[in-house]
Amino acid sequence: MKMAERAPRYAYEDFVVGSEWSLGSKAVVAEEIIDFASQFDPQPFHLDEAAGKASILGGLAASGWHTVSMFMRMLCDAYLLDSTSQGAPGIDFVKWKHPVLAGDTLTGRTTILDQRLSKSKPSLGFVKMHHDLFNQDGTLVCELEHTAMFSLREPVQA
Amino acid sequence: MSIEQYIGVERELGTHRFTADEIIKFAAKYDPQRFHVDPEAAKNSNFGGLCASGWHTTAIWMRLNVEDMKAELAAAAVRGEEPPQFGPSPGFENLKWLKPVYAGDTIRFTRTLHALRPLKSRPGWSMMQMSSAAYNQNGDKVLAFDSAALIALPG
Repeated sequence: MKMAERAPRYAYEDFVVGSEWSLGSKAVVAEEIIDFASQFDPQPFHLDEAAGKASILGGLAASGWHTVSMFMRMLCDAYLLDSTSQGAPGIDFVKWKHPVLAGDTLTGRTTILDQRLSKSKPSLGFVKMHHDLFNQDGTLVCELEHTAMFSLREPVQA
Repeated sequence: MSIEQYIGVERELGTHRFTADEIIKFAAKYDPQRFHVDPEAAKNSNFGGLCASGWHTTAIWMRLNVEDMKAELAAAAVRGEEPPQFGPSPGFENLKWLKPVYAGDTIRFTRTLHALRPLKSRPGWSMMQMSSAAYNQNGDKVLAFDSAALIALPG
């Protein structure tokens, strides 16, 4: 497969079991909450401050689908875009634990749970990842797990 | 009319055609991997063509899901019934992006209600257990996941 001009910084070998990867931070802005919700999740508590305050969520709250999209961008910027990522076939679970509100600042962390080589493709490996997202108070707002595919830096010789 | 009649029935939520422009617009903001933002790079990737971020596909499911819920509320009002109240979701599991959604694909989305469980911790509210799916124009399943959401039923 064709790679960028230089080799990506991170490959399968770097995602060592137990290692932790920072996901940086992301400011949650009211305008962006409303913009995402208008396109994809037009429920009152995602569109309107007063409706959000009156709801279980307690304020203008990001759609859960917006939260995972913001997570994806954090993941891309933290390490995925500069890696040998070959995509992911799915997500084991997402738990929306706490409302993500306008004005919040999200931070995140990836923990590597498992690593295994592909049996059919010697150049490929699977990495099982757990991700936690926190708000500025350190409250866990979202957690998810998935297995991603990465090319090896040094393919195993059969 | 009660919600129980929906249990086990795969409900059509509608279709959506994914254009290259909107695939790139979504991905540029939330998932700028080259096979989601660059048609030329996508041709050389494992996917073989520009395809939607998996999160874009699920976001479109959500829009059609919300539109369906709103239609339900409107229909209840027309029948003179007290409408249910839809609440937030605690999450989802077993999400599988089974096939890429390519630029130009028309995707059909569905949702199936499997169970309705009253919550002891929140009187008046129940948890819906659902599974959802999406299919491309060739009938191939491209997306599947299981989810839950709160609902307050009248009465």
